Amino acid sequence: MIARATPTTMAVRVRGLSDRAIAWLFITPTMALLLAINIFPLIWAVYLSFTNFRANRPNAEVEGVGLRNYQRVLNDPDTWIAMQTTAHFVFWTILLQTVIGFALAYLIDRKFRGHAFWTTVILIPMMLSPAVVGNFWRFLYQPQIGLFNYIVSFFTGIPPSSFEMLGSVTLAPWAIIIVDTWMWTPYVMLICLAGLRSIPDYIYEAAEVDRASAFRQFWSITVPMALPFIMLAVLFRGIENFKMFDMVMLLTGGGPGSTTEVASITLKREAFESWLTGRSSAFAIVLFVAVFGLANIYVKALNKVKQR
Amino acid sequence: MSSVNATAHSVVEPTPTVKRIAGTIVILYALVTVIPLAWIFLTSIKSPPDSISYPPKVIFTPTIEGFCNLFTTRTRQTPDYIQSLPAPTSTCDEITRRRNMVIAGPSNYWPRFGNSLVIAFGSTFLAVSLGTLAAYGFSRFRVPLADDLLFFILSTRMMPPIAVAIPIYLMYRQFGLSDTALGMILLYTAVNVSLAVWLLKGFIDEIPREYEEAAMIDGYTRLQAFWKVVLPQATTGIAATAIFCLIFAWNEYAFAVLLTSGSAQTAPPFIPTIIGEGGQDWPAVAAGTTIFLVPILVFTIILRKQLLRGITFGAVRK
Repeated sequence: MIARATPTTMAVRVRGLSDRAIAWLFITPTMALLLAINIFPLIWAVYLSFTNFRANRPNAEVEGVGLRNYQRVLNDPDTWIAMQTTAHFVFWTILLQTVIGFALAYLIDRKFRGHAFWTTVILIPMMLSPAVVGNFWRFLYQPQIGLFNYIVSFFTGIPPSSFEMLGSVTLAPWAIIIVDTWMWTPYVMLICLAGLRSIPDYIYEAAEVDRASAFRQFWSITVPMALPFIMLAVLFRGIENFKMFDMVMLLTGGGPGSTTEVASITLKREAFESWLTGRSSAFAIVLFVAVFGLANIYVKALNKVKQR
Repeated sequence: MSSVNATAHSVVEPTPTVKRIAGTIVILYALVTVIPLAWIFLTSIKSPPDSISYPPKVIFTPTIEGFCNLFTTRTRQTPDYIQSLPAPTSTCDEITRRRNMVIAGPSNYWPRFGNSLVIAFGSTFLAVSLGTLAAYGFSRFRVPLADDLLFFILSTRMMPPIAVAIPIYLMYRQFGLSDTALGMILLYTAVNVSLAVWLLKGFIDEIPREYEEAAMIDGYTRLQAFWKVVLPQATTGIAATAIFCLIFAWNEYAFAVLLTSGSAQTAPPFIPTIIGEGGQDWPAVAAGTTIFLVPILVFTIILRKQLLRGITFGAVRK
């Protein structure tokens, strides 16, 4: 072969495409796709948010309305009610998932017999479709015939038809929180497990030599060293649940009334039912900026914890 | 592991009692977790009256009525008319007639399921292919503004789907892509490719450059070295990434319900719309749900090791 005879650096450069060409060839398709289907629509949404465009009237004249859409969105009490509903949902799901998920990870990390098998069983709910499974939970929550009400009444003695998880103003938000916790606790658990397994054994051995109690070891070694992972899990779940749509849509559709109307549901209603495209675009941008801003502040805090 | 006292177990190894308590709690949690899933399966083989009885029935005569109702559309007929028909040709036929109905034709379930297969696997294949190329590019070459580009790729995942759904809806309407499998494949690929690039870059970073360099000294071109040396080494990472992409595309609802209505509709928006006479036909819904969950359950169990690695890996990296 000729290549053998030439100096290697020459050979690499001469044969085939140059590295630079390959780098661009490999990266460009991904970038082009993201620009076309992620970035371009986002820029379009920003443009629409300054107009009075309505998607169901494509031929009507489009006028710029300046910041009016934003003013309307921010001054509408419904927006803030939706934000509060979302915040309530995000807060409780994250709290429950973190506490249960971390506890499970800690117990699984005791490496009892069969822990790998049971970990896989616990993981199953997070693989499933929130829409399809959420739809089925509607059946489990039926007051007379549903399994959930039956189990609750079996353990507490409350008659199963005396409460409606999805129909009651006070219980409906909790019905959603329960399903989300059931579904996503395994995810938090996995990340916590990765955190626990990243703590080297010698630290515990040293603590043992110093006669630190198990309680002390847990609070001084386990928790602080797993904290960056816990915080990461909180970030991922926070972003996801802020955008929550499918499960809530199928469980309650935002009802009863608007008690479970999280931000994404309000957005869907304005965009695809009222067809207020301009206004809903403004709302979407407000939401995106809120998620992005909160996530950035949070990541800064996370990096500080990591550096400790 | 070094142990001071050889007869006792290591200091970090939990005692048998601790293990037993931990095991019991975890197993209890796992069992409670699978109750809803077990209930979906049980409901799918119940008759409609059994499915809505109080108290909920755990012991009942199994029937395939739910599956029959899932796969067919039926019309109510008078008993006289049913009497006049020739003998039933299938079990479903017979079950349907017992409820004073006749099968009018196949339901939309299998076409919707087929759409799910085409769209989920198509977009997974595309996302993983594009992601592997881009990840290799970022991993091996000096790309100007690489960090910014990578962050940009990741940030596209923070957008609420509904926020971009409006312009995508308008754009697709313009290009004739609305309610087409191609449109959905492109959309899911775009959503998944960001995750794919991040996960795969991590995996490819771990493959030593020396392998390719050795191959290139032996006369391979860069492309050949990528194809014959790097790709085989990255199989585990590619498998892990593929499952994540597949799970997302298989389960996605928000885009599917807003952008598809007929020919390209996937199963998630379809299943909740299965209704019988007088409300939701729960055995049929449960049957549809069971069939829909099976592929992802099988994947999860076969590929659980790669999956664990993928999740924990993503966590460690980001």
